[in-house]
Amino acid sequence: MPATETAPAGAPGATSEQFYAEALRDALRLEMRRDPRILVMGEDIAEHGGAFQVTAGLLAEFGPDRIRQTPISEIGIVGAGVGAALSGLRPVVELMYIDFSGLAIDQIVNQAAQNRFMFGGQARVPLVVRTQGGSGRGNAAQHSKSLEAWFTHVAGLKVVMPATPADAKGLLTAAIRDDDPVIFIEHKLLYRTKGLVPEGEHVVPLGKADVKRQGSDLTIVTWSREVLFSLEAAAMLAADGVDAEVIDLRSLVPLDREAILTSVRKTRRLLVVHEAIKRGGYGGEIAALVAEEAFDDLDAPPRRLAGVETPIPYAAHLERGVIPQVEDIVRVAKELVGWA
Amino acid sequence: MNIDRATALDLYRVMRRIRRFEQRSSTLFGENKIWGTLHSYAGEEAIAAGVCAHLRDDDWITSTHRGHGHCIAKGADLGKMYAELLGRETGYCRGRGGSMHIADTSKGNLGANGIVGGGIPIATGAALTARQLGSDQVAVSFFGDGAANEGTFHESLNLAAIWKLPVIFVCENNQYAESLPVGKAFATDDIASRAIGYGMPGVNVDARDVRLVYAVAGEAIAMARAGGGPILIVAEAYRHEGHYFGDPQHYRTKEEIEVWRTTFDPIINARAWLTSDGLATEAEIDAVDREVDEETEAAIAWAETGPIASPITPNEIYASY
Repeated sequence: MPATETAPAGAPGATSEQFYAEALRDALRLEMRRDPRILVMGEDIAEHGGAFQVTAGLLAEFGPDRIRQTPISEIGIVGAGVGAALSGLRPVVELMYIDFSGLAIDQIVNQAAQNRFMFGGQARVPLVVRTQGGSGRGNAAQHSKSLEAWFTHVAGLKVVMPATPADAKGLLTAAIRDDDPVIFIEHKLLYRTKGLVPEGEHVVPLGKADVKRQGSDLTIVTWSREVLFSLEAAAMLAADGVDAEVIDLRSLVPLDREAILTSVRKTRRLLVVHEAIKRGGYGGEIAALVAEEAFDDLDAPPRRLAGVETPIPYAAHLERGVIPQVEDIVRVAKELVGWA
Repeated sequence: MNIDRATALDLYRVMRRIRRFEQRSSTLFGENKIWGTLHSYAGEEAIAAGVCAHLRDDDWITSTHRGHGHCIAKGADLGKMYAELLGRETGYCRGRGGSMHIADTSKGNLGANGIVGGGIPIATGAALTARQLGSDQVAVSFFGDGAANEGTFHESLNLAAIWKLPVIFVCENNQYAESLPVGKAFATDDIASRAIGYGMPGVNVDARDVRLVYAVAGEAIAMARAGGGPILIVAEAYRHEGHYFGDPQHYRTKEEIEVWRTTFDPIINARAWLTSDGLATEAEIDAVDREVDEETEAAIAWAETGPIASPITPNEIYASY
């Protein structure tokens, strides 16, 4: 079906300050105006506007068929998204918390991810599963996990984790236009962060990392909320004479291997920082990549700074203690630079 | 119900085609030409044949691990099916999927499924597509009695009912969920009554008689096409073979299998009514059998000449990467 309407664009290069949640909403709105095959399904997304207000106001513009509020039936709605994608729509399904993905995992892993391959290339599954993870709101163990590594392990899925409002908009636009199933993981504590966002159509291609800060002494590879922590840490490190480069992966799958390797060959030191627990985390994949491809360029062993291997606790001081904080990044970066 | 000669013979031919496909698949498996596993649809042919007779190429189905019958009834090419089972590049899935994952998207077949109940929400989603696009397409989900105890069954029936989607849920009660007899898996003997709880009609049909399936499915599909919403059809059948090829079947007796096989065979049954109703002579039915056998052998011969499956490339896992 042809696009029926072109998104209104601001002046070329115009930006405005937006919350991360607003930027996501803009991406949905502009894409839904452009392509009538897009529909959004999920729990509490209509009148309530979504658990984190990402879809607020969209019901009024697009109506209940395209902003389709569902019962609490995770595998039913993700599966319906798979079927709709296989038969010609471009659904965006919202899973309120990534912790609930276990209820829908068969449709994500055995169906959406594998249909194209299993059917010998006959099928496309242009499905976006929007969800959010991460700790920091006292939601405890069943509403706070960082589970991206589960999905990176499945051939056929793409995994995207924006850290800034601009990337949230650009990556969601790209995910919706992509013909493969995309697990789009937001962070619950990023929704109320602000940043400059390009007005009108804004596409950030999947699989392109972003060097958020240039530096020469070590490379910090990170994603999602830890990007903000890493940038804060880099500013503190600079005051102490350590020049950190911060790479925001943005997409874990596809992975921008070249961006990582190019940076590490320059700085000769790698620190991977993520909120998910270290054991089996995606940081191991990055460290292994660098060890395999750039071992001779390193002046120090790759380091990982990641979540403690525990369910996320409730009490605020406990919760804060189980994920890397800014001061932890500063400390480990200094250890790495001082490594003889 | 009245059924004309052409329709009756078509239904018979599709059932015979399915049966023959399964028989020859078994021999090919025994010859070590087919790898992995096979789940025979023998005994249940009337369901796929009677339902799919009402479907257009642009209607969708989702199928099961026991999916050869649905695939054939939806119009698949036998040669490409055998080529898939034989691991050939010329197979429906280029040797990537095998028996449990055959799909034929050109005929609306959104795939067999190795996960019990996996296709039920997918058919529901296809019906949602019809609803969103305002078309009169319908979706049919075939699944077994075992799948009726999966969460996907319950969530999907509810979604389809609240949204009045054009989807027909066809539960094939072949009396066994793998090795578990249906009496031990349900506290009710009326699976169709579950539909009431979701606010849709539920009907039972005896799948010994393809005419009954054809009639019930015709009404259900017409209703769904006209915007009347979903329905649950529970088709009573008997699985002639084990759960999989080579299943020792410790959970049922040889006597039971023999009795049921002879009393519950939609093909023998169809032969009887075709002749007694004067729709076809024994000789005419024999001619159909011969034609089916010949086309089956030709399909196998074609499949066996196909090149083996080509190496896997990254661009078949993702549409773009």
